[in-house]
Amino acid sequence: MDIPREHLVDMYETMVKIRRFEERIREIYLADKLPAFDIAAGLIPGEMHLAAGQEPVAVGMRPHLKKGDAITATHRPHHVAIAQGVDLKKMTAEIFGRDTGLGHGKGGHMHLYSVEPNFGCSGIIGEGIPVAVGAAMALRHKGTDNVALSFFGEGAANQGSFHESLNLAALWNLPVVFVCEDNAYAISVPKTASTAIADNSDRAAAYGIPGVLVAENDPIAVYEVMGEAIARARRGEGPSLVEIKTDRMWGHFEGDADAYRSDEFKTEMMEHDPLDTYAKRLTDEGILNESDIASIQQAVYDEVEEALQFAQDSPYPEPEAALEHVFAERTVKL
Amino acid sequence: MTTKTERKLTTQKAIAEAIATEMRDDGSVFVMGEDIGTYGGIFGATEGLLAEFGTERVIDTPISETGFIGAAIGAAVNGMRPIVELMFVDFFGVCMDQIYNNMAKIHYFSGGNINVPVVLTTAVGGGYSDAGQHSQTLWGTFAHLPGMKVVIPSNPHDAKGLMISAIRDDNPVVYMFHKGVLGLGWMTNNPRATGVVPEEPYEVPIGKLNVAREGNDLTIATVGLSVHKALDAAEALTEKGVSAEVLDLRSLVPLDREGILTSVEKTHRLLVVDEDYHSFGMSAEIATTAVEGAFDYLDAPPVRVTTPDIPIPYSHPLEEWALPSVERIVEASSSLLVAG
Repeated sequence: MDIPREHLVDMYETMVKIRRFEERIREIYLADKLPAFDIAAGLIPGEMHLAAGQEPVAVGMRPHLKKGDAITATHRPHHVAIAQGVDLKKMTAEIFGRDTGLGHGKGGHMHLYSVEPNFGCSGIIGEGIPVAVGAAMALRHKGTDNVALSFFGEGAANQGSFHESLNLAALWNLPVVFVCEDNAYAISVPKTASTAIADNSDRAAAYGIPGVLVAENDPIAVYEVMGEAIARARRGEGPSLVEIKTDRMWGHFEGDADAYRSDEFKTEMMEHDPLDTYAKRLTDEGILNESDIASIQQAVYDEVEEALQFAQDSPYPEPEAALEHVFAERTVKL
Repeated sequence: MTTKTERKLTTQKAIAEAIATEMRDDGSVFVMGEDIGTYGGIFGATEGLLAEFGTERVIDTPISETGFIGAAIGAAVNGMRPIVELMFVDFFGVCMDQIYNNMAKIHYFSGGNINVPVVLTTAVGGGYSDAGQHSQTLWGTFAHLPGMKVVIPSNPHDAKGLMISAIRDDNPVVYMFHKGVLGLGWMTNNPRATGVVPEEPYEVPIGKLNVAREGNDLTIATVGLSVHKALDAAEALTEKGVSAEVLDLRSLVPLDREGILTSVEKTHRLLVVDEDYHSFGMSAEIATTAVEGAFDYLDAPPVRVTTPDIPIPYSHPLEEWALPSVERIVEASSSLLVAG
């Protein structure tokens, strides 16, 4: 496939941004929690699920997106949100629990909701999958060629919601792309111990829709497959299931001792860091040189620092604001 | 010269009429659920809609409640106003995550930026030997969880007005219709299930109770089919010289606490009738409302007539004994009047 240079570079920049964001969140998250890990301590309290290593899954779809496309993601949502272009400052502020956050501090890192771009995520495994089906119903009703994308892990592919959603989307020929991020582990349980077949993409056959496996954790491979799946949905030809073999480089959550994965597994995974591999490919092919990379890094690092600073400079919500936003004020006709 | 006759409908037809009215007016309203199209809804709440609006807007679904309720949420956050039917409330167990972890929380998580205008309709209630998985009311369970309004009409007039209000509401509204108030030909005949329903669209405000019968000696607060039983009990009590006020709560979320207190301050005695389970539920909430807000007015502790904490039994004598009845309401009222 002949991929425009701007797409190749955009995917790289976005990968760098995601990685930098996750690294900095990790540093700040852990700073006040160690040596005795206290989950409620520090600037960022609560659970923290980071997506270092899973960047290709998110950036590969990015050049194919259009304004108005809807995305639902998981408890590990940052890479997808950043790739879709969710406001980085507001998202960061939400993670820090500040009043300037996407949800004024009501949701936190597992519950990031953005109107434009149209993004939502959830802390419950498989919960967002049927929501994407309904989003696709609405998008089609509006007469647009917008699509809905649902990201979920390989662990979610054993939930009823996954199967119900694939059936509904296939039955109603809806513009949805189901994206299974297969990082091989559902917390500690390996896919081999949870799933009766090797590849979830094969499950598409049960619903009569295309199922495509991306076997490499590589943005270009993801780009190509997602391009076709999204284009197919835009043409009104119905849903697809895409499974991407990816790597969760860190623990399930920060503070996870990650003792369930062998040293060999982890060492080999780290040797195949998709960010390094992709950077090497771009420099080998003359798309970027060392100086381009340095300036991309600088720009992205600055953007991430700015977002972190914005969050930390922002006020916390007033305690009593906890009572707001349970119900919407009436806006429709009387 | 024309004479305007007062048109009568059953509750079931009033619900369907309300939905049709709003669908004509607003292209974003659509209906989906199991057997809601060709069949018209197992309880008739969507009767006639398919013929008028077609399969694009009246969508029969597979038996896949997580999938289609989740889809209703996705459609709602993207500008639609879905009405989605959970055939029996008892089926909540297969889809409750979508209802209370998702539908009810998105507005809050989004800091008020995203609305979820879903109407979740569902049939509740027993009294016809459908046993423990098709006879529950469970409104206390839903009302306990923040983020959803919960309405329960008891008659055709309120059924239409509450449905129109629910569709126009920007929040998730759980709309519970009691099978015993619908006027279905295959349920025990209930004369109050047919009544005058204005032909034009109108709203019944969500969160305002209705004084179904005025009285001075005690307040009977209830909802759903028990409103009818309370009215029958109030009628029977007049023979004993007792004047009972009957409150049809109509909405549990929001709850018209002020309306309850106003009545209790007048009558000084409160009986709560609740077809839901006894403990940790609606009856305790209403009683507590009176104790917290009108303690000095009460001449006796509030009394409850409820379903005991047992699965709803099948056999007729067992079920009849378990559910609130006119006799139990009369008896409890009589005891309450001599207490204190």
